[in-house]
Amino acid sequence: MKMIKHEDKIMPKCPYLIIGSSHAGLAAVDAIRMRDSDGSIILISKDKCLPYSPTVLPYVVSGEADPEEVFLRDETYFQTSGVTFMRGCEVKSLDVEAKKVILDSGEEVAYEKALVASGASPKLPPIPSLESTPYHVLRTIEDALRIRAASANKPSAIILGGGLIGMHAAENLAKAGLEVTVVEMQPQILPGYFDAQAASMIHKVFADRGVRILTGHAVTHVTASNSACAVSLENGLDLSGHLLLVATGVEPNTGFVKPNEIELDQGILVDDRMRSSASGVWAAGDVAQASSFRGSERVLNGILPDAVDQGWTAGMDMVEDPAFIPYRGGIPTNTYTFFRNHAFSVGITSLQAEGEEFQVDLMVSSSGLRYQKLVYQDELLVGASAINANLDPGILSEMILSRVSLEKVKTRFAREPLDTGRLIMSSLWR
Amino acid sequence: MLGKSFSTIAFNPDKCNGCNECMTACAWVKTGTSEPAHSRIHVVPGEIEKSWGLALCRQCGTPRCVMVCPSKALTKNTETGVIEWDDNRCVNCGLCTLGCVYAGITYNSLSEHVIKCDLCGGDPACVKACEPRALEFLQGADIYNAWGDLEDLFVPGISACLGCNSELLIRHTLRRIGPNTVVATPPGCIAGVGAVGVNGLTATKTPVFHPLLTNTAAMLAGAKRYYNRIGRDVTMLAFAGDGGAADVGFQSLSGAAERGEQMIFICVDNEGYMNTGVQRSSTTPFGAWTSTTPVGSVLRGKTRDAKPLAIIMMMHNCEYVATASLAFMEDYYRKLDKAVRASEKGMAFIHVFSPCPTGWRFAPGKLIEISRKAVETNLVPLWEYDNSRRKLRFTHSIEKPLPVESYLNLVGKYRHLDEEQIERIQKRADERIELLKSFIDDEEIIRNELAS
Repeated sequence: MKMIKHEDKIMPKCPYLIIGSSHAGLAAVDAIRMRDSDGSIILISKDKCLPYSPTVLPYVVSGEADPEEVFLRDETYFQTSGVTFMRGCEVKSLDVEAKKVILDSGEEVAYEKALVASGASPKLPPIPSLESTPYHVLRTIEDALRIRAASANKPSAIILGGGLIGMHAAENLAKAGLEVTVVEMQPQILPGYFDAQAASMIHKVFADRGVRILTGHAVTHVTASNSACAVSLENGLDLSGHLLLVATGVEPNTGFVKPNEIELDQGILVDDRMRSSASGVWAAGDVAQASSFRGSERVLNGILPDAVDQGWTAGMDMVEDPAFIPYRGGIPTNTYTFFRNHAFSVGITSLQAEGEEFQVDLMVSSSGLRYQKLVYQDELLVGASAINANLDPGILSEMILSRVSLEKVKTRFAREPLDTGRLIMSSLWR
Repeated sequence: MLGKSFSTIAFNPDKCNGCNECMTACAWVKTGTSEPAHSRIHVVPGEIEKSWGLALCRQCGTPRCVMVCPSKALTKNTETGVIEWDDNRCVNCGLCTLGCVYAGITYNSLSEHVIKCDLCGGDPACVKACEPRALEFLQGADIYNAWGDLEDLFVPGISACLGCNSELLIRHTLRRIGPNTVVATPPGCIAGVGAVGVNGLTATKTPVFHPLLTNTAAMLAGAKRYYNRIGRDVTMLAFAGDGGAADVGFQSLSGAAERGEQMIFICVDNEGYMNTGVQRSSTTPFGAWTSTTPVGSVLRGKTRDAKPLAIIMMMHNCEYVATASLAFMEDYYRKLDKAVRASEKGMAFIHVFSPCPTGWRFAPGKLIEISRKAVETNLVPLWEYDNSRRKLRFTHSIEKPLPVESYLNLVGKYRHLDEEQIERIQKRADERIELLKSFIDDEEIIRNELAS
């Protein structure tokens, strides 16, 4: 057990300060508590409510999740865990020299070790007239409730962005009876997770249910008109809708970080211990720009499982856990359920941009909606994506990240990826 | 959650025959159908013929499925250790299936939600359906959870060799039996590690004494008779080595057993005189190297078989006789409880298999594995004999044992064995099992046959 002396009587110093209370911050708290059962932890959240996950918000919009029942920790947890939860507090600045943060209330909190897990905010596209038009984003629980309320009495919606948030929202709004149009600048929906073929299969499911998806078009202009808005595309097409949702990606919340004190690029640059360039400051989750599993560049990998891994890594390093394992680097990965279909994607799924040699096993069912693509680089699995295929995404992901050699089982793996993957993980257990 | 142990399903791939009855049983219990897709447990064929792997929720201590769940539909129950899934909170996002690397939680396209093992509330159907007993439900965790509630009756710190099981044995036994006990430890490792104390101070919180190697059972018998006379109910407990039990200690033990003296006599059998230079004893097994059964151009270890002390004690009509290995702690605890009760009437004898890293030549970290493999090869079968029924009962399955090599290969004192010696050891082990079977309750055999 690490002992921390609390000798500073002038301003109480918190051994662990964590900015942000979603998955990365909470994973760090758990990792710290594995080693240090009573060192005081302060968890600061901008939100006025208990901790929650942005990933659950599309389900709050749809009503599948009760907004009162989405919280990741309850009040009892904070009463018994020695974690002080400061909710509704926004960090205005982080002073790495004095080792303190200043809150919007003017209050100062000193720390010994700080983790920045402040997440990300919606990134707005550079459309000049957007600011003068009413629009929705989906990042906080208030956003979700606002969209939910608005969708109840609006006949149509336009969604900018065909990523996961945009597509989830499109499905939910369509189910709520709205006429929905999705505008995506890339030539396909869900870029980065699915290749063009898989994306077009998903696209068709939406089209069959009356959702209009326009890909390969940038928006040039948006205007408000009474209770509706008008959207103009670069190809001259004009759309109008009663609800505008902007879901064109996110950008890290780094406003309180001074660039001359902490190395910033798109996000806070961190090493494989999640340490930033400033002593005593770690970063994890959507705000961190960490190593990529492939290649030497550091990337933003704003997905939930990675936030957990990064938060856990940071927490272990902060508490000096002897069992520390460095971060292995991120791969794009996600699961996606749409209109009762089940899809996932792990690692490399689209081969165009890579410029390396890959081998592919592709299985597409012409009858039902079924798609399965396994991507190899020699004896290693490097990517997998599927729609309605019976596979274990967690196993495939681990096989990629721990570079399990398929040398001896490649034929069988190609034939029976489910059983072979399970067998490999069964033998690796313990 | 920290520091707590939980019951768990163990999988022994060597015993699996790929019958898939576990999957059928699981599907039936959970959905009332035998559709394997509904099973929470999945047996997968291995790379070589007749080998199998297992995909099942490990009920992890730091469950990643729980950490990646955005709606808190998954929680680890801190009482049972089970990771519980709440249908009402689940939003069907599937991220948990991405979080688990063992396929412990999977998406079931028939029921359109994820499914996972919940240990059937502590009585798993798959384990009951596993005829070859490849699946076992281990509940030993309860012992370790209750451990803290029992008083530690032994000094902190012990001067045993690294990897010795004496500390495990002494602390568990004394905590379980309790403070109302008089302990005797004759010369041997248990006394040698500090049990009788140093410089006039005892190492136990109970009275403890150091009889001669020859008279442990006689002295305990005398002490017990005195307490009976003054009307005090006190448990008598001996920790004696194989020397103090099977060799020079045997006459007093045999006499006390024959007279029905009330005590628990634990033989800590490390198969030789381990603390005086690793000499052979009458319980040293055939083929084992010791300093007096050397390995050279003529001799190849011990030429005689071990004396079957536990069987000999059973033939004394003791109230209770059992064998034990500390790799099976729950089994040992059950036997201790029975021994305490039996010692109110007469002699309870427990023969504890005690591998010795120093004298047997193995790495200290291998103790438990060796203790387990000795049982699984049937070299140290676990059984108990209850005098009230005059019948023997195996407490760990003797069916489908591992070949003796899987134990012998782990222990340095058997490193020199040739094929002929191994064959003989295998043959003797099989014969020993046949002999023990002849003492089994016939009704028990019928029950087992009906069960299978």
